[in-house]
Amino acid sequence: MYEVLGEISQFGQQTGQMTYFCASFKVLQDELNRKILDSLLDFTRKCSSARQHSDWASQMRANEIPTAALVLGVNVPDHDITFQSLSELLHQSVTPHVASVEAKECGGTQLKVLERLMDTVVDDDEEEETEHTSTQLHKSVNCSLSALCDWYITKTKKSSSGTPGKKRSSPAEHERQQQPPVVIIFKDLEAFNPRVLRDFILICSRYIERLPLMFIFGIATSPSTIQRMLPHSVSSLLCIELFQSLSCTQHLATVIDQLILTPQFPFKLNAKVMQVLLSIFLYHDFSVRNFIKGLQLALLEHFHSQPLSVLCCKKKEALLNVMQLSHRDLERIRQLPSFKRYVEKQESQEQVNLITDDSHLKETCRKMIKGLHKYHKNYYPILKCLHTLTSALPRYPLGKQIRELHLTCLEKNVWENEDYQSAMKLLKMLAKDDLIALLQRCGEILKPVKSKKMKSTAFQLEELLTKFKQLDSKLRKEDSITSPIKNLQKKTDLFQLQKTLLEMNETRRSKKLSPFEILRNEALEFIDSLVKSHLSPPESQTLHEVCYYSSSATVRRHLNATPRTSIQAALSSPYYYLQNLKTEDGTVSNAAPDICIAYKLHLECGRLINLYDWLEAYATVVSAADGNDPDSDGYGKVDEVKHARFIRSVSELEFLGFIKSTKQKTDHVARLTWGGC
Amino acid sequence: MTALLQHPGYDEEKLRRVAEQLPCREVQAGLLLSLMGEPQQYSYPSIFIYGHRASGKSHVLHVLLKELELHHATVSCVECVSVALLFEQVLLSFFGCDAASLLPRSPSLSDFVRIYRQQPVTMETSSHQTVVLNPVVEDNVTVILLSEIVWDKFRPNTGCFEPLLLHFPDYSKGELQQILSQDRHPSYSAEFYSSYINILLGVFYSVCRDLRELRHLAALNFSKFCEPLEEGKVKETDTHKLWRNIEPHLKKAMQTVYLREVSSLQWEQMQLMEEKEAGALRGLSAHTHVELPFYSKFLLIAAYLASYNPARTDKRFFLKHHGKIRKTNFLKKNEKTSNHLLGPKPFPLDRLLAIFYSVVDSRVAPTASIFSQISSLVTLQLLTQVSHDDQLDAPKYKCAVSLDFICAISRTVNFDIVKYLYDFL
Repeated sequence: MYEVLGEISQFGQQTGQMTYFCASFKVLQDELNRKILDSLLDFTRKCSSARQHSDWASQMRANEIPTAALVLGVNVPDHDITFQSLSELLHQSVTPHVASVEAKECGGTQLKVLERLMDTVVDDDEEEETEHTSTQLHKSVNCSLSALCDWYITKTKKSSSGTPGKKRSSPAEHERQQQPPVVIIFKDLEAFNPRVLRDFILICSRYIERLPLMFIFGIATSPSTIQRMLPHSVSSLLCIELFQSLSCTQHLATVIDQLILTPQFPFKLNAKVMQVLLSIFLYHDFSVRNFIKGLQLALLEHFHSQPLSVLCCKKKEALLNVMQLSHRDLERIRQLPSFKRYVEKQESQEQVNLITDDSHLKETCRKMIKGLHKYHKNYYPILKCLHTLTSALPRYPLGKQIRELHLTCLEKNVWENEDYQSAMKLLKMLAKDDLIALLQRCGEILKPVKSKKMKSTAFQLEELLTKFKQLDSKLRKEDSITSPIKNLQKKTDLFQLQKTLLEMNETRRSKKLSPFEILRNEALEFIDSLVKSHLSPPESQTLHEVCYYSSSATVRRHLNATPRTSIQAALSSPYYYLQNLKTEDGTVSNAAPDICIAYKLHLECGRLINLYDWLEAYATVVSAADGNDPDSDGYGKVDEVKHARFIRSVSELEFLGFIKSTKQKTDHVARLTWGGC
Repeated sequence: MTALLQHPGYDEEKLRRVAEQLPCREVQAGLLLSLMGEPQQYSYPSIFIYGHRASGKSHVLHVLLKELELHHATVSCVECVSVALLFEQVLLSFFGCDAASLLPRSPSLSDFVRIYRQQPVTMETSSHQTVVLNPVVEDNVTVILLSEIVWDKFRPNTGCFEPLLLHFPDYSKGELQQILSQDRHPSYSAEFYSSYINILLGVFYSVCRDLRELRHLAALNFSKFCEPLEEGKVKETDTHKLWRNIEPHLKKAMQTVYLREVSSLQWEQMQLMEEKEAGALRGLSAHTHVELPFYSKFLLIAAYLASYNPARTDKRFFLKHHGKIRKTNFLKKNEKTSNHLLGPKPFPLDRLLAIFYSVVDSRVAPTASIFSQISSLVTLQLLTQVSHDDQLDAPKYKCAVSLDFICAISRTVNFDIVKYLYDFL
């Protein structure tokens, strides 16, 4: 009964967390693009309003089509969301006529571009209006820009005469509403056929006086592609303005900051999984969307494979769930390595209690869950503090990005790391102003955290800072006394100067530490103690298995598919997929599928394979599998059925790309892979 | 001026208006008029007009046809991708919607003629660029073809009725001056604007003779020209000072706005800003940096090496014990010229991957994403696929990036690409 309940609630939490994840990602994405989208919207508004007033200069100017070149970076999978929200925003605030075209849909001719354009622009509006006359008209007329132009003129006329004075708006705005621009978004400029684009722009420029067109080019590489694709005669028809979005690594940093480096989500990744996701991002695609997908996959896998993930939720619910755990679940807890380690440290009586008494275990679990949550609450602020301190150092001993520091902290005790030691040494050489600024920033990080420990830490930090400031005023007094003497001693003689400098050096070395240095060491020791108490890796926490997903192999297998390896695995060891073929020694049994036998035999050949030899070898193996008597007549003979089976497996191998027919010798095929024997 | 445009068939007043609108093109207009003859006369069936961009071809024709109230249809052949569109547009502008809707779904020429005959009007046609429309309609029709290219390029193999050729020469500097001076700013005197145009032409005439562009540039820079005047520093007549003020500005415009490095909107904003800030504005070609994932960078490097090194040399660069091969012994006759001068050569996918695996330090599994990165490099046009899309078996590629670009990329991954290039041995 409880189990069913548990399962249901688990399912509920899982979907809950998923939707939460998705929602927060959407918000995040919008937030990231906010700036660039806003400036784009401004641009469209400016352009559409610039058309209205007619002074001398704008009359004289050649009619250029306003164009926004939107540089989005190479992470093409992410672009869809950006364009979607862009066209939604445009739809809401600037114009109802927005069409986005993709190179894939537009084929080789500009007719396709036009068709697509007419489809989206015109259809959108007809859905709203549902007027039969206009639909019929559009079906009969060929797709052309002149038809679009006519449609636009009738449409704007209708709307201006249809609803006058419905809303009292300023005249300028009213005018803009009358003539909303027609925005065409080219999602992937690089993929378009340059000739098509050229012709399309030429045609559009003929209509620009009557039809307020506007282009938005989505560019993945660099803006110079525009110049590469369009000749001067065409690009002179465009008035191009550049919009550069944030780089993908900055996007990732924000995503990590919002979704991973926060105690809000109880679900966590361990170092290896994190490493896999990051390396897919950095090495393969730069796609934030795929990173989030990976995160979701890990979440799903965790809830699916770990029964104790029932405890991976908000603190209150987790504490409730602990009380509802069944005996089987408790046994599972007892099996957890982290719990075993914990038990070993206890006294013998306690050990017995933990192993035998369920209710006692539940109580301890509650404590542990609380501990885990507390650990997370303290971990992230301290991590951020350490990052602010070390990211300013030369050569970034602990990494430039916070994700690198997070990874090292997840892997092992960070304070045992060599880089950490060198970072601390560098920190000990910081000048006062820098150190104070850094400490102040740390204080700002710690202040908003709601935890007793962090509150007291923030307080201690404040005290240190005030000490630094007091030092400042003290020093000033001393300075005012000492400096005149120094000035008096000033000598122009080089030898004298050298001597005095040497002396000063000696004294400094032997001298006791200055009050500032003492204070600096104190501050750094304080930081060090913080790191040691809060930044221990999650593996040291009991019950960390509940929250941390650790199967990096699964994630890698799902996200970074290796089709060739799996085909080869299937062919060389079919029992991996077909359980009943399992043999003791791991070799291919004779009863394996035909293609596996053919594959195995072909591995023994050189670059060119004689088909007849191959067939004979195949027939021998298959006869053995059929259980024929080795001494009988028919053994190893090629009959029609075997021949047909062989031909089929050979053609399958050809289809999979292992062999191909060759013109060098007629009865031979060529191998396309190396190795094997 | 009006003396040139005299024709018995048309009203004197109309001809005068035409002549006013067509400065420096009186000769051509007169020729056209005499070719077309009086309204009731049959005119020559086809005329081919050619000349450079913005040499007034369509403008002359448009003014003539409009002012003299001749029936005409103007069709752009770039726009008419199919014959159906062409027919439809012609009928539409002659007879309106009704006739155009009579056209069947995929009309032939005879359909067009049939519908045309039903409509009892005479007219003149002017086709915008390239189509040769044989005047099969037995009526008083003139097809006027306008193009930037000479007629020889269009002559069909099967032969056709030769049109009359008419060339529109480029405007001379004086003529440009005359035409540009016409659209003066209403609040300034004609001489003042004319002196401005003179300065403008002095700077731009050597690089640009396109009337449209020049007019655009004149409009963009005029406010800057007037600046000292409005501040009260100089008088209208003091051309030397005005010239000193505007000249560096125009030179800068030549490098930026004229090349569309900076859009005209940005240029206008820049004029409002202080000099210092203006320097910060970068042109389009200044942004050449491209961020790529780690393996994509190496794939691109491998593609570059495969494109610019002869395949025989791969052994020397990528095998550990290659033995010593001198370049001189190694050369074949045709390889003496630099591969970089010859441009990229196509290479098969296998070679790309083989070089990729030896170039990348770490062991990389041949995952699906490696292959998808190759195709995404193709869509980004950093690689181009040479073989046809349908050829799945051993596709061939070319690397489409420059040496500077690949050097910048390899610097970010600490790979010394010059050491691996055969040309730089």
